[in-house]
Amino acid sequence: MSTATDTPTSPARPRLSRGRFFAAVLVVTLLVAGGLSYLASAHPDGLEHVAATTGFGDTARDSATSGSPFADYGTAGVDHAWLSGAIAGIVGVAVVLVLAGGLALVVRRRGSAQD
Amino acid sequence: MHVPDGFLDAPTSIATGVVAAAGIGLALRGARRELDDRTAPMVGLVAAFVFAAQMVNFPVGAGTSGHLLGGALAAVLVGPWSAVLCLSTVLLVQALLMADGGITALGTNVTLMGIVGVGAGYLVFVAVRAVLPRRPAMVVPAAAVGAFVSVPAAAAVFTLLFAVGGQASVGIGDVAVAMLGWHTVIGLGEAAVTALVVSAVVATRPDLVHGARPLLAASTLEIRRPGAPAGAEVAG
Repeated sequence: MSTATDTPTSPARPRLSRGRFFAAVLVVTLLVAGGLSYLASAHPDGLEHVAATTGFGDTARDSATSGSPFADYGTAGVDHAWLSGAIAGIVGVAVVLVLAGGLALVVRRRGSAQD
Repeated sequence: MHVPDGFLDAPTSIATGVVAAAGIGLALRGARRELDDRTAPMVGLVAAFVFAAQMVNFPVGAGTSGHLLGGALAAVLVGPWSAVLCLSTVLLVQALLMADGGITALGTNVTLMGIVGVGAGYLVFVAVRAVLPRRPAMVVPAAAVGAFVSVPAAAAVFTLLFAVGGQASVGIGDVAVAMLGWHTVIGLGEAAVTALVVSAVVATRPDLVHGARPLLAASTLEIRRPGAPAGAEVAG
């Protein structure tokens, strides 16, 4: 079963340039944060549900950052529900991209290893 | 699964804070081995995608929802140490900017989703990959199984933390059954989303998938000698 003769073309051959691939990932990410997130279920998540049903939900305290302009994935001062969530989501994506991307650039090995 | 402030007492929160800090410290060293000029840009993109995907809660029945945790997904795409950095960044931004997950609970959340989620997801991924045929496409089912296990694994560790430092006196057995039950269902969603994303990336740029690299190397060796018996190079 493990013969390789039926795979004549290299599976490693890139179909998209690296730049275009990264751009495509970014576009998908922004669509998820700014569009798909609007369709998210508003029901409590698994932990919140378990906390409520087993009786420790009341011990939750409001976060010290609950006054943030983007608290709960909404944008303060924006009444339009979709726009409010989309702005918060896109701001969050941008901040995460810069922080994690910058961190990776700092810790990476310089030069391109092939393995 | 973002733990808010108040669920766990101060000693437990401090202890998980120490675990999280140690894990991030190790990850900063380990990520250096995983990242070069070519793959480093993946880290920012994967972290940003995990942040976005965590906004999309999917219903799992009985008025409950779940969302991607993303630990296994990130580990397969950029490597486990880099994945710890991805998840930690996401959780930090969520806690500070979105008030999602408590501030004193940040160490707990990094421990649960950043370390346990990534660690369990990646270890299971590697184990499953080892028993599947050595083809790049096999990272998809391996990633799905890793993702599935990662969610109840994180839920189990939360239950242990709650048993030690929970701020309410409720039956720990009830909490364990409910946490594992719900998060097993949520794990199915985690597996589905992870499989979808990993298959899209493997189909497009398998060379940028950390978890596919051992399989790509095997393929390359086989292709250079089309006349040789299959598997001869791998066995040697």
